Amino acid sequence: MISQEDIIKIAGLSRLSLTEQEVQEYQEEFSNILGFFEVLSEVDTNGVEPTAQITGLENVVREDREESFDSDSLIECSPQQKVKTQIAVSAVM
Amino acid sequence: MTKTLSLPTTIAEAQEMLRNKKITALELVNVFIHRIEESDERIGSYLETCFDSARESARKLDESGDFSAPLAGIPYSLKDVVSKKGLKNTAASKILENYVAPYDATVAEALEQSGAILLGKVNTDEFTMGSSCENSALQVTKNPWNTQKVPGGSSGGSAASVAKYFGLFSIGTDTGGSIRQPSNFCGVTGLKVSYGRVSRYGVISYASSFDSVGPIAPTVDCVAKVLEVIAGHDKKDSTTVDVSVDSYSQLQLSDLSGKTIGVIKEFIDADGFDADLKQSFKHTIQVIKDLGGTVKEISLPLTKYAIPTYYLLAKAEASTNLARYDGIRFGKTADVNDLYQQYTKTRSEFLGPEVKRAIMMGTYTLSAGYFDAYYVKAAKVRTLIKQEYEKAFAEVDVIVAPVTPFSAFNIGEKTSDPLAMYLADIFTVTANLAGICGLSIPTEKVHGLPAGIQILGKAFDEKNVLEIGSVLEKQYGFSEIRKSELL
Repeated sequence: MISQEDIIKIAGLSRLSLTEQEVQEYQEEFSNILGFFEVLSEVDTNGVEPTAQITGLENVVREDREESFDSDSLIECSPQQKVKTQIAVSAVM
Repeated sequence: MTKTLSLPTTIAEAQEMLRNKKITALELVNVFIHRIEESDERIGSYLETCFDSARESARKLDESGDFSAPLAGIPYSLKDVVSKKGLKNTAASKILENYVAPYDATVAEALEQSGAILLGKVNTDEFTMGSSCENSALQVTKNPWNTQKVPGGSSGGSAASVAKYFGLFSIGTDTGGSIRQPSNFCGVTGLKVSYGRVSRYGVISYASSFDSVGPIAPTVDCVAKVLEVIAGHDKKDSTTVDVSVDSYSQLQLSDLSGKTIGVIKEFIDADGFDADLKQSFKHTIQVIKDLGGTVKEISLPLTKYAIPTYYLLAKAEASTNLARYDGIRFGKTADVNDLYQQYTKTRSEFLGPEVKRAIMMGTYTLSAGYFDAYYVKAAKVRTLIKQEYEKAFAEVDVIVAPVTPFSAFNIGEKTSDPLAMYLADIFTVTANLAGICGLSIPTEKVHGLPAGIQILGKAFDEKNVLEIGSVLEKQYGFSEIRKSELL
């Protein structure tokens, strides 16, 4: 059974805040779902390479030059205050 | 006096009418707009419409008189995760509720160049996470065959809108079954393309190594016509593969003689597979034999590991993809001064429960101490599942399989148990794990609702899957049933 402390820690890493009730619900649900994942330990994967990219393409590169793109319109998408062509955010530290 | 216009029910019919001047592009677009205005209130498939620009494009097309472009004048919709410049791209979420896309997805651009006319954006589960459209934070979509029932998901808006003739095709996405399952629930045709066949550029990501973009349409021929336009290598999506695009719509097969069609033993024996649907599927096997096909039973013992492997990897990828919704770059933001608090409050307030669950689960399996035991383990099992399918395809041309273990369920029936909802994807997730293609086609009605099958093919073997699908579609003639009930 996953602990409440673990749930709270994961929520912190996920940048989510949970109510006490949500912590309890997640604790129960996660224990179920993780138990369900346990079945994978039955599979012998010795010497098997993991797959993260199914087509096997490797190192797709392009020339290192700027592509034309309307970056101002991307800046406009931000709900933050804009200063010239930059987004103002709260102090990081 | 206004002339009575008959509504074309396929792309080919519409093209024939347009090219022979039986209808103008404007009239065609207006017929579909009229249907949406009249009855989408009951279905809830569209989240945003762009009828003015649709009429404007149609007028221009009529003025030019040139209908030679591959999809000239054909009205369609986009799932609301596909960017179209100037229209909202909400992912059916609160956090992106007011976000307007500043550029076009590659598929949207290709469709515009093909002359197709966009009617609007359609509903989905939030960030495409779900199998019923009930996770949409913005709207409920109902199944046009029975409005008590879900349309399936996540591309439920696409499937419902096509089923109810609110457009001649829609673009959906399929990460673990999100095109095939709603197509099945709504009695339309949907194609999950091979990974890398269609560009994902400009499409909001759920799980990047599984996500695929493809058409949902009335018939196999319609699907093929759209695929021809959207398939291909895109330098803006480096995961697309430079494999030549077949003439998908030149479908010539008339029967199944010479074809070996696999049936997966573990699917037929799956727990919870509805008895009547199983019966319907067994009937399909007989139909295949009657059409001259050779049916071969194959065993894929890793099938039982597919759901945990898929969910583990998909949620891990989702947790990293969704880190970008932080209240800084786009969408809504919470009004707080401290940056950490701003992230946390924004995400807690504006992301929905299933999305939070995915982020939490993915963060856990990727976190220090658990990464090897969960993520790496599942990625290795994925390799074995892929190999198992490669082996199977050495023996058979395609695999025929059920799409869902049960018919469209009641709205609200399964929302309380996420694990039960995940298990519903048993027949669809393997195609995404293996990167292969799968075509979902309706066959007949079971329990008063559409039932159907999927044809799974090797990676980049869409042509073969469409050919075989087209033969079976003709045999079943489900389009006529849909026409008589939903038109």
